[in-house]
Amino acid sequence: MLRVLLLTLSVVAIAHAELCEPDAQNAFKVRLSIKTALGDNAYAWDANEEYLFKAMVAFAMRRYSSKSTTQISNVLLCNVTDRVSFWFVVTDSSKNVTTVPGSEVEAAIRMNRNRINSAFLLSDKTLQFLKITSTLSPPVEPSTPVWLIVFGVVLCLIVVGIVFLIFAGIQQRKKKNKKSTERENLEEKDEVTVTVENGIPCEVLDLKAGHINGVFAADDERFTSL
Amino acid sequence: LPVPPEVPKEDGRPKWDNKFQYILSCIGFAVGLGNVWRFPYLCQIHGGGAFLIPYFIALLFEGIPLLHLELALGQCLRKGSIGAWNTISPYLAGVGVGSWMVSVLVSLYYNTVLTWVMWYFINSFQEPLPWSVCPLNENRTGLNKECYESTAVNYFWYRKTLNITPDVTESGTLQWWLILCLATCWAIVYLCTIRGIETTGKAIYVTAIFPYLVITIFLIHGLTLPGATDGLAYLFTPNLNTLKNPRVWLDAATQIFFSLSLAFGGLIAFSSYNPPKNDCEKDAVTVAIVNSVTSLYASIPVFSVLGFKATTGYWDCLDRNIISIINEFDLPEESIMRQNYTPWISFLNSSYPEKIAGLKLKSCNLQEFLDQSVSGTGLAFIVFTQAIILMPGSQAWAILFFIMLFSLGLSSMFGNIEGVFTPLLELQIISKSIPKELLSGIICLICFLIALCFTLGSGSYWIDIFDSYAGSLPLLVIAFFEVIGVAYVYKINRFSKDVKWMTGRKPNLYWQITWKFVSPLLLLIVFVAFVTLQIQKPPSYAAWNPKYEGFPMKEEKVYPPWVLAICVLLAVLPCLFVPLVALFHLIKRMRRSKDPSFVPPEMFSCQGTK
Repeated sequence: MLRVLLLTLSVVAIAHAELCEPDAQNAFKVRLSIKTALGDNAYAWDANEEYLFKAMVAFAMRRYSSKSTTQISNVLLCNVTDRVSFWFVVTDSSKNVTTVPGSEVEAAIRMNRNRINSAFLLSDKTLQFLKITSTLSPPVEPSTPVWLIVFGVVLCLIVVGIVFLIFAGIQQRKKKNKKSTERENLEEKDEVTVTVENGIPCEVLDLKAGHINGVFAADDERFTSL
Repeated sequence: LPVPPEVPKEDGRPKWDNKFQYILSCIGFAVGLGNVWRFPYLCQIHGGGAFLIPYFIALLFEGIPLLHLELALGQCLRKGSIGAWNTISPYLAGVGVGSWMVSVLVSLYYNTVLTWVMWYFINSFQEPLPWSVCPLNENRTGLNKECYESTAVNYFWYRKTLNITPDVTESGTLQWWLILCLATCWAIVYLCTIRGIETTGKAIYVTAIFPYLVITIFLIHGLTLPGATDGLAYLFTPNLNTLKNPRVWLDAATQIFFSLSLAFGGLIAFSSYNPPKNDCEKDAVTVAIVNSVTSLYASIPVFSVLGFKATTGYWDCLDRNIISIINEFDLPEESIMRQNYTPWISFLNSSYPEKIAGLKLKSCNLQEFLDQSVSGTGLAFIVFTQAIILMPGSQAWAILFFIMLFSLGLSSMFGNIEGVFTPLLELQIISKSIPKELLSGIICLICFLIALCFTLGSGSYWIDIFDSYAGSLPLLVIAFFEVIGVAYVYKINRFSKDVKWMTGRKPNLYWQITWKFVSPLLLLIVFVAFVTLQIQKPPSYAAWNPKYEGFPMKEEKVYPPWVLAICVLLAVLPCLFVPLVALFHLIKRMRRSKDPSFVPPEMFSCQGTK
């Protein structure tokens, strides 16, 4: 009796060993980079973590195929290295000693990748399932591109500046025109240049002093009226 | 009462608010993008610190004399380039027209470079920076192919900014985002130059001083980055053997010449607004020295950042190799670090040579990363942007960097536009009743419409053409005729007397010798060497072609004949004006000399027209 039991157990063990092997059919290699992801908070990879991994894979299979037949014991791990990399297969207990097809396992893992990653505090890059590609997240696109907003702000400022300067220029020119017509009325007819006294034009002196120069005022009658 | 000579004549010419504004404008004109992205490159490829020797010799014998000449000329004659040369001698008016033409051509493409800077600036306000990540391809299975094969930074520059075509003959379409930025840049230029130096004089306080602030900030930050000392050591370690190569001396002479923005007519325009009694000798020496010191000062942060980038690239290379080895041999993480990489690799190579060979590891060499030298737009938009991504707080650094580039370029644009604007104001063609605002608006609008060509897909190829042909050779020719014109047509003694009247002391032997002999000779040698080097090989360009087998390397292509014709036209047209105008005046004089009532015009003198 005991011998039969031992024989069956060893057959099962050998079968299991054959099922889970590097590059076996339907087997996947997993690679973890815990120190890279967590630095000082890195945990050590031990049998408890392996148990959690088996549980997560079983959970993924259950969620995917929605039949609650996958047990933790169905997930086999082997060839665990110091790198923290290993191979795993999922066996099917309903059909004796065969493995679940790789495509199903792949689809199950893909569907629950986020959950598996967060169980180990890792990401797609640090918990790698070789041969299972991860879907890339779409980039975040704001409704209006940001650069258009900045561009709008800059353009508005410039246009305001230009309009302000043009109006200031027009006003300055109007003031200058008024001043030059006043100056023409004060000058004598035959002199074209402004008389300078000590380097200051005379009418500036006039306006500064606030009184009319007697010489000019007295000669008003000499001008022919326009 | 006659006006005593000390009182400045009221000739209605605008003037600078103060001397500082004038000096700052000249410095801003001289200090431009080339100080940041061409000088450090030249230092790097020509033996580091050793390059400073030919550079300072060229400064002493070519840069400072020519600068003094132009400033003195403008100050004495008080006219823009065309009017000034017309006054010296009507036969030399072509020199003025030539430099006016060059200013126009350079203004066109220079502002397009500023357009690119502005585009990067307004894109720096995002997280993450758009040039740091590759976009996904259409069916979202992977990254965009072109981006994946080159780098994200290259992709953003060549595809998202320029949308470059694979060939200069394929024009592509107008890129609407570049048109928007171009319009903005020309609007900014219009805003600042709307009333000539009245407005640029105010704007220059910001655009000339701000870059120095940013360079200092980058200097302090750059020196704290890892690998900065490697970059600086690489830059400044002198290799005196390079001085035997005549190419180095040619590069030094051309760099000094173009860096000081000589022969554009802008410096003549600036100094023409000065009071006549102004020490132009001191101004010239000041501007030249500040320009050179700025080049040196700017190369320090540039090389700290390049050293940082090289070190980071080297570390990335090592890390990638380490990961491959660890994954292949299933070794625990952090067993191989960067420090013990070499002993590990030699141990593994001796024990498992086939496995190591199968990994196809890249050889990581820091020197190789440092050797990747880039100048020009490649430095700013590819190399520097990549380095900025690696710094914490990238957005702030990017914004600072691009505002600095924009200010540097804008202050140079002021000089270019002034070189176009001032001669037009004095030409009899323009009626005096047209307000300045309208004239500057028309100039900016016309330049904007012509510069739309540079926003095509092939625009950046055309800008390279303009830069190599319009912005180089004609300037040498014009400067040569400038010196010859002043030294031998106007006569050096007369000029020395004018300078003595303006500055109060006669120019000493150094100025006399350089103006009469050394500078013209140097210019002639540089011109001949430049042309010889250009002719030696057929002009080619590097095209960005995603379908090329060697992609992401650029494809070397030769210019087709019609493009070559345009290159020659750009180089020759401004120079042609010199003999053409001289010929025109000769014919006019021969016709007029038959007329007995003709009186020759009076001799002009700086001390005031009689």
